[in-house]
Amino acid sequence: MAQRIVIDPVTRIEGHAKISIYLDDEGMVQRANLHIGQVRGFEKLCEGRPFYEMPSLMARICGICPVSHLMASAKACDALMGVRIPEPGANLRRIMNLAQIVQSHALSFFHLSSPDLLLGMDADPAERNIFGVIKSNPKLAKDGIKLRQIGQQVIESLGGKRIHPSWVVPGGVNEPLSAEQRERLLALIPDGVDIILRTLAWFKRSLDNYKAEIRTFGNFPSLFMGMVSASGGLGYYGDGWLRIVDGTGNIVADHVDPTTYPDFIGEAVEPWTYLKFPYYKPVGYPEGIYRVGPLARLNLVNHAGTPLADQELAEFRLLERGAVLSSFHYHYARLIEILFSLEKMEQLLHHKDILSKHVRAFASPNNEEGIGVSEAPRGTLIHHYRIDDQGRIIWANLIIATGHNNLAMNRAISQVARHFVSGNQIQEGMLNRVEAVVRAYDPCLSCSTHALGQMPLRVELVSPAGEVIDEAKRG
Amino acid sequence: MSKIRLATVWLDGCSGCHMSVLDMDERLIDIADKVEVVYSPLVDQKQFPDEVDVTLVEGAVGTIEDEEKIKAIRKRTKILVSLGDCAVTGNVPSMRNTCGAKAVLQRAYLENVTLQPQIPHELIPPLRDRVCPVREVVKVDFFVPGCPPSADCIHTVLTQLLSGQEKVGGCSRFGS
Repeated sequence: MAQRIVIDPVTRIEGHAKISIYLDDEGMVQRANLHIGQVRGFEKLCEGRPFYEMPSLMARICGICPVSHLMASAKACDALMGVRIPEPGANLRRIMNLAQIVQSHALSFFHLSSPDLLLGMDADPAERNIFGVIKSNPKLAKDGIKLRQIGQQVIESLGGKRIHPSWVVPGGVNEPLSAEQRERLLALIPDGVDIILRTLAWFKRSLDNYKAEIRTFGNFPSLFMGMVSASGGLGYYGDGWLRIVDGTGNIVADHVDPTTYPDFIGEAVEPWTYLKFPYYKPVGYPEGIYRVGPLARLNLVNHAGTPLADQELAEFRLLERGAVLSSFHYHYARLIEILFSLEKMEQLLHHKDILSKHVRAFASPNNEEGIGVSEAPRGTLIHHYRIDDQGRIIWANLIIATGHNNLAMNRAISQVARHFVSGNQIQEGMLNRVEAVVRAYDPCLSCSTHALGQMPLRVELVSPAGEVIDEAKRG
Repeated sequence: MSKIRLATVWLDGCSGCHMSVLDMDERLIDIADKVEVVYSPLVDQKQFPDEVDVTLVEGAVGTIEDEEKIKAIRKRTKILVSLGDCAVTGNVPSMRNTCGAKAVLQRAYLENVTLQPQIPHELIPPLRDRVCPVREVVKVDFFVPGCPPSADCIHTVLTQLLSGQEKVGGCSRFGS
């Protein structure tokens, strides 16, 4: 009789999920499923509301990456108005977007995943968290807190508040940058660069400790998708084009206009999760699996585009011959992206027109349909709106970065579970590794399904038809 | 003095209030000295413990599971705080009340789909037809509005709670 092991909730991720691991009669892992348990309805609840409310409303999808939603939403609104926003306005949006990469990646690495890396996958669960890191390695914890703070301070300075700022508007931004502000922001960057360089040095030294994890944490060939900048480098604001590469690093599609996404991205539904499964249409479902986010971006750009990040990228690419395939290296890629973002922010703050007062274009809606695409910390983010002749939203479709990785995350937890979990002798550390691979993808689920009153581990006996026959609980 | 046992939970929200907790930055290190975080998305405790001193709740009540969860938490918590506008008023999650859960599910899983249109229903919690604020389900001791409340405000509230003050909050407002 088959068994199902349930990890509920998956902790130290941004949002709530549970995992089912299905075992066969011999206690061998057959497969694992990641269940996302909430749906918030933004595609529907925005209907009837004026389009210019969308950036502020859609930011509320996520408190971790609200800036990403501000960007994609505002760009979709720019398209509805049919305007090309003034370049200083676009550059200010870019700076905020880079600050968001810094704070979100710092959160993922230091606050959520460093307990696994620093204290160990098998460490005492009661200590295996950021507060445990504060106790055991206060310097690293302080570095993480400081780095996240730098990103958040840039966002706060530009937007007036750290979370859900209202400064990004259709047509640009609603206030220019002052000279004093620029000096304050520039002064933050050297500290950030120092922190990320020493973190990278430590992380690279520690890679030898994680050979088994690197080999099995979602390590498989897949497609990788992401936006590249107009010069083929890293660019999160999304003004270049989409590129897709395969597992050997060869380009499969290039110079793709992201607004044509319905031509090549389909979305499938499975009955056991609220998170849909985007797939690459030319390959079909479920074979059309692709990954997005930091690992994908580093696999598909020609170069990063800033001096220090370019050096790190060159070293990163020595890890494997083709594309870097292990999802464990999302962590590594995230650190390099933080470095790039700090360097790029500094470059943009020195741009000769950055203090210009021309930061916003005004227009009524001129198009019935608008699509905005940007690279969120976790990958390509698409907002697609249609409006009536009064400028009210009549339809919306959103493809969230984490969604693109849904097929890959499910394959990754199956791979890790097969390698580390055996039904005959279940240990907490095994299950933590299954959760840890989910953390590597840094999913942003913004939802919540804590199961209360359930033991840390629940094992069910299920019939072939899926009916629960018996249940055992372990502490 | 023994440490205060603190829990934080997310119901139907965006996690912005939890991010605002982290925005206390280096003050977190001092807080960690005074409280023990016994349950939170940030730690690996999988079961909500007994005898929790303070629980901060982010988010509205959006699923059947949210409702069961908050009722059980209430029984195990001395002081329950609604943190942020979603917990306090329902805010953005409750905007779907004008069309109902069915219309939301239909749009996401039957209309905006290429393959296998169906409403997911296995091993995931069903949506409540109506999203409501926490106080409609259980008694709430303190309300801290804001979208999200600022880190300074959360720090003030925690300091007030830690020192046993009877009046807590007053440092934020709806939508700020």
